[in-house]
Order: sequence, then C-alpha cells, then structure tokens
Amino acid sequence: MFTKFSIAALTLGLSATTSLAATEISWWHAMGGELGAKLEEIVAGYNASQDKYKVVPTFKGTYPETMTAAIAAFRAGEQPDIVQVFEVGTGTMMAAKGAVYPVYELMKDAGAKFDPKEYLPAVVGYYSDTEGNMLSLPFNSSTPIFYYNKDVFKKAGLDPETAPKTWEEVEAFSKKIMESGAAKCGFTTGWVSWVQLENLSAWHNQPIGTLQNGFGGMDSKLTVNGPVQVKHWDNLKKWQDAGIFQYGGPTGGNDAPPKFYSQECAMYMNSSASRAGVLLNAKDFQVGFGMLPYYSDVQGAPQNSIIGGATLWVLKGHDAEQYKGVADFFTYLSSAKVQADWHQYSGYLPITQAAYDLGKSQGYYEKNPGSDVAIKQMTLNAPTENSKGLRFGNYVQIRTVIDEEFQEMLAGKKTAQQALDAVVERGNKLIADFAAAN
Amino acid sequence: MQTKRVIFNNRLLPYLLLLPQMAVTVIFFLWPAGQAFRQSFLREDAFGFKTTFVGLANYTELFHDPRYLNSLSVTAVFSISVAVLSIGLSLLLAVAADRMVRSAQFYTTLLVWPYAVAPAIAGTLWWFMFNPTIGILPYILEGLNYDWNHGLSSTDAMILVVLAATWKQISYNFLFFLAGLQAIPQSLREAAAIDGAGPAKRFFTIVFPLLSPTTFFLVVVNVVYAMFDTFAVIHATTEGGPAQATNILVYKVFEDGFIGLNLGSSAAQSVVLMAIVVVLTVIQFRWIERRVEY
Repeated sequence: MFTKFSIAALTLGLSATTSLAATEISWWHAMGGELGAKLEEIVAGYNASQDKYKVVPTFKGTYPETMTAAIAAFRAGEQPDIVQVFEVGTGTMMAAKGAVYPVYELMKDAGAKFDPKEYLPAVVGYYSDTEGNMLSLPFNSSTPIFYYNKDVFKKAGLDPETAPKTWEEVEAFSKKIMESGAAKCGFTTGWVSWVQLENLSAWHNQPIGTLQNGFGGMDSKLTVNGPVQVKHWDNLKKWQDAGIFQYGGPTGGNDAPPKFYSQECAMYMNSSASRAGVLLNAKDFQVGFGMLPYYSDVQGAPQNSIIGGATLWVLKGHDAEQYKGVADFFTYLSSAKVQADWHQYSGYLPITQAAYDLGKSQGYYEKNPGSDVAIKQMTLNAPTENSKGLRFGNYVQIRTVIDEEFQEMLAGKKTAQQALDAVVERGNKLIADFAAAN
Repeated sequence: MQTKRVIFNNRLLPYLLLLPQMAVTVIFFLWPAGQAFRQSFLREDAFGFKTTFVGLANYTELFHDPRYLNSLSVTAVFSISVAVLSIGLSLLLAVAADRMVRSAQFYTTLLVWPYAVAPAIAGTLWWFMFNPTIGILPYILEGLNYDWNHGLSSTDAMILVVLAATWKQISYNFLFFLAGLQAIPQSLREAAAIDGAGPAKRFFTIVFPLLSPTTFFLVVVNVVYAMFDTFAVIHATTEGGPAQATNILVYKVFEDGFIGLNLGSSAAQSVVLMAIVVVLTVIQFRWIERRVEY
C-alpha cells in the first residue's frame, strides 16, 4: 500500500515539474571554438534571467552545413525556431517566403519593441527587403581588416605603429621584410572571395553585379571582371610567384591563420572576428591592426567595406508561444549590454548604435587599440550602390566558383582576365538557374 | 553440382525469415534509389515549395556541362589508380607474407589494422601528413627540392587522395589474397619447382591463375569502393579541389545536392553514377569471369 502511494506521489511530483517547464526554443548556429563558448554563455545568461522560455543552442558545423541542415530539416518538418545563416545565404532565405517568418513581422505580432533605426544602417540595408523591412536579426556581422606583425616590422626596419595604407605599400613593405629576413613571406589572406574580390570591389567603389549588386532583382548579372579586379588578381598571381603572397586555401582559407601565428607571413587579412583567435594565438609577438589596403590610383577608393558574418532567421511552422519566446530572446540579444559584450569579445561589429556608444563610454576602444578599426572602416563613407553589399541567388556556389577560378589562375592555367571572365560566365548561369527555380 | 534443399514444414516461415533482409534492402536501397530517380526529373527550389517537371533536362544539362565531363575523367583516373595500386600492392604483400612461417600472423595483424580506421579519420591522417604548412612530408620533400602543395597543384591533390584511398583498401585485399594463396596446394608449387620453374614463372603460371577467382572478386569490390566509399576520404582531404581536380562523381553528387541545393541535378548525377557502376559490374561478370578458372 505504501509503495503504491509513494509511486503515485512520485509520478505526480515529476509530472507537475514537467508541466511547469519553460517553452523550449531551438537555435541552430555555426559558431565553434571560442565564439561558440561565448554564444553559449550569452544563451545561459538569457535563460537565467527569466523562466518562461529556454533557448537551446545547437552547433551544426560550418555555415553551409548549418544552412543545409536547416533546409533539410524544414523539408522533413523538423526545423528549428532560429537558424544562423551567413550573408551569402540571404538570397536563398529571402526567396523562401513560405519558410521564413520575417523578423519585423515576428516582433510586431509578439508585441515586442523593435526599431530598425537602432541598428547600424550598413547592416540593416543588407538584410531588408525593398520596402525597408528587416527580414532577419543581425547578430554577428564582421568586415575584413588588416592584421600585421609589429615585431617583424621593427626587425625589418619599418615603423611598427604604421600599417600599410595602399597595395603599393604592402608590396614595398613585403619586399623589405623578405629581404631583411624578418619573415619568409609578406602577406596571406583568409576568404579570398569575400576579401580579395567582393570587398576589393566595394572598397574601390566598383560594382560586383548589375541591378545594384543584385538588390534590385533576381535577374542580375555579375560584373566582377572589371579593370580594378583584374589588376588586383594579376598582382596576386605576380606576388605569389615572387613569394610575397602565400595562398591560404579556398573558402575560409584555413591555412592562412597558422602562417600568421607562426610568423611565416608578416601581414594577414581576415574577418574582424578573427580578432579573438589572433589575440589568443599570437603569443610571441605584438599585433597591429589597420584598414584594408587600396590602390591609390583608383578614383573613389577607399569607399567603405561590406559586411560578412551571419544573421538570425526565424522559420515558420511553430506555435505562437514559441514565437513570443523568440521575440523576447531577440530583444535580449539586441540590448546594448549583450551586444557590447559580444562585440568586444569576438571582434564582430556592434550591431546597434547603443552598443557602440556603450563601448565608447566604457573606454573600451582606448584601452584596446585597433578594436574599432572594423566599424570605422565600414562607416568610412555613406554606402553607394556598389558598396551596400550584394544579394545573388545561388551565391554559395558562386563563392566556390570564385575559389576554383582563383586556384586555376594561381596554378598558371588561366590569366586573371580569363579567370574573372569564367567567374562571370559560370556565376551568371547559377543566378539564372536560381531565378528559374524560384 | 549437388544442391542442398531444405524442406520447411511451415509455408510462411521461409518468407518470414527473408523479411528482415528484404525490409533493409527496400528501405535503404530501393526506396532512396526510386526517390533519386523521381527527383532527377524535377527542378525544385531548396525548400521544396516550387517543383516543376522538366523531363530529361537535368540529364542533358549534365552532359553539356564541362565540369561534369571533367568529373567523369577524374573519376576514371582515380578509380583505375586506386584499384590497380591497391590490388597490386596487396598481392605483393600477400605473396611476401605467405612465405613466412612463424611471423605471418604478426605481419597479417599489422597489415589489417588500417581497415579498422574510419575513412574520414584516414583522410584526416593523410591531410595532416601532407599539409603544406604543418605537414611532415612536405617538409621532407622540401629537402628534395619539391614544393608540395595539394591546395594548388592538381597532380599533388590526386596523388594525395589516391594514396589515402589505397592505404585503406590494401588491408581488405590483403586478407583475401592471403586466404587465396593458402588455398593453393603446396604440391603444385613443389612440382613446378622440381620441373625447373623459377619463382617468377611459378607465380605467373600457377599461383596467379589459381588466384583468379579472388582477383576477379576483388576487382569488382575495389571498383565499387573507389566509386562510392571514397567519399569520406575526399571530403576530409581535398573536398574536391583544387579547382575540381579531385571532384569524383560521388563527391559531385554531394556538392551539387547538399551545398549547391540543386536537388534535381544531384539526383540525375546519382542515377548516372548508379548506371555506370551497374554497367561496369555487368561487363566484369560477362567478360572477365570467362577467364577465371574455378
């Protein structure tokens, strides 16, 4: 009798706890390593601050893997509430009107406070539709910057506090460094496609594609085979043959960071969010920060750089209670305190003006020189049609095409003009395929 | 040939016993194959909202695509290299191990170890050894004045994936060859030796023909392995690069379908790949089996 009673009591007790459980919100993201640990810290902070909702983050791999997983899950009816999609997946996500719950609508339906003007204009512009409504929530936006080895500069007889401003200076500094034996190579780069083609174009105010880089419609065409881009890729090939430039691999260029950390290459271009990794791994030398170099003979340079990184998209198919939780979580994520903390740790840009102001008032930027290079570079000038960003269908594959043609050029199989012409030809076909399928 | 017939008292029992295997075959082989076949005639967007029937358009586009034709030639080079190298090397090792009396077991154990390594891990191991920045082999090759970089040179990349894929398969082939060699009666070899045949002549006229059933079986298995099971090795080492130099057919199916989200083309490619392997296997059974002496 007593056993029966205690079992009944236990069952009642356990079921009572489950019925009071918080609404779970699933978030699939692509932040690994230090960034992933920080993200989980932020989520834990949110979960601890209230008990109505519980966000469950899941690391799904790289950006393409996370996006593919979310799409496959959607087709199987198992999609998460929130998915972190990188900027080149924007075209695909925007076209999927039946799958995506636009953030401006979500916030309105949940009655949450949401003002697009609080966010940095360059970031908002990238992820809004033609009417100016924000479709996804900016979370981690970065822009590529220039890192250099101060110790190697000093050894080579260069001023360690001055980063090279132009590509001519990069070449000259590299030659001096290599001749003095301070380092084996001049510079390397991560993300060839994003840094050495897309940002190169925007930084020099050159168009990447027609229809305002694709913002104006799905039937745009690429224009990256212009004279500035061809000249730069020609230079990269020339520098690679001379040992001034070392290739770090396709996509993210994962072989490039070790070259910089091991002091094999003195200079390094990569996302501002590589800052966390750089400060952690550059143990034996001082790191300097600078803006991306430009060609001084191109009119309009330097303009402003474009963002990379990712935003948070909300997927349809869940119940209203979960969406209320998503809206609440988004409000927390956009708060100045959380954004400033995330930005200062990771090197991603502060998404809101308030977060930037908070950092300034905390004196963060004085105490950490070089931490505001990214935001200064991105807001150097008001964006033109050529430097607002880009939005093309199938752009994930176009990035692969860019990497492949770059590799063919470095291997000596094509000239820079031929490689970029091939990028345009193959890219236009992929864009047309996307328009036909959507 | 005498066939054993088993008599079942229960009429239903044989079918019930076969049911689990049939279920596995249907669910894991026939259903996905049918799905791929169906999807190859459609053009869909990534999320599956807009589906259009396009007939054979996916297939014709494939054969007009220079990158697909490149993939065909890359696969041919890759699978022939892997099959020839792994069968050749394992035969050599099996013949050598067969001669040992006491240490045969020891060598067998060592040679079979790589088979237990997961393909992705094998790929990663070789990736580390050959990495241009941090790998040990490029460091050694630098001393011999060769600048190894499988991120830029397509030959280097092909060598890397062929080595990694072969290394895994040698163990499997070795086991079969060793068993095959041990099934050859010693009396035959002794008789040939007495008649004055040297070791090479003995091998080619006696041992190799008697090994032909094993060799034939292994050729079929190795070709299938090289066409399908090497996906993990490619993904862990070169990811189809540089510039599609190691983009074998099965990897291209993954790239176009899962990364590029072009499901129709990817399905068409997997159907073509299946057809190629079926044709290859049929050819092997019809032509080569005739020369096998059982």
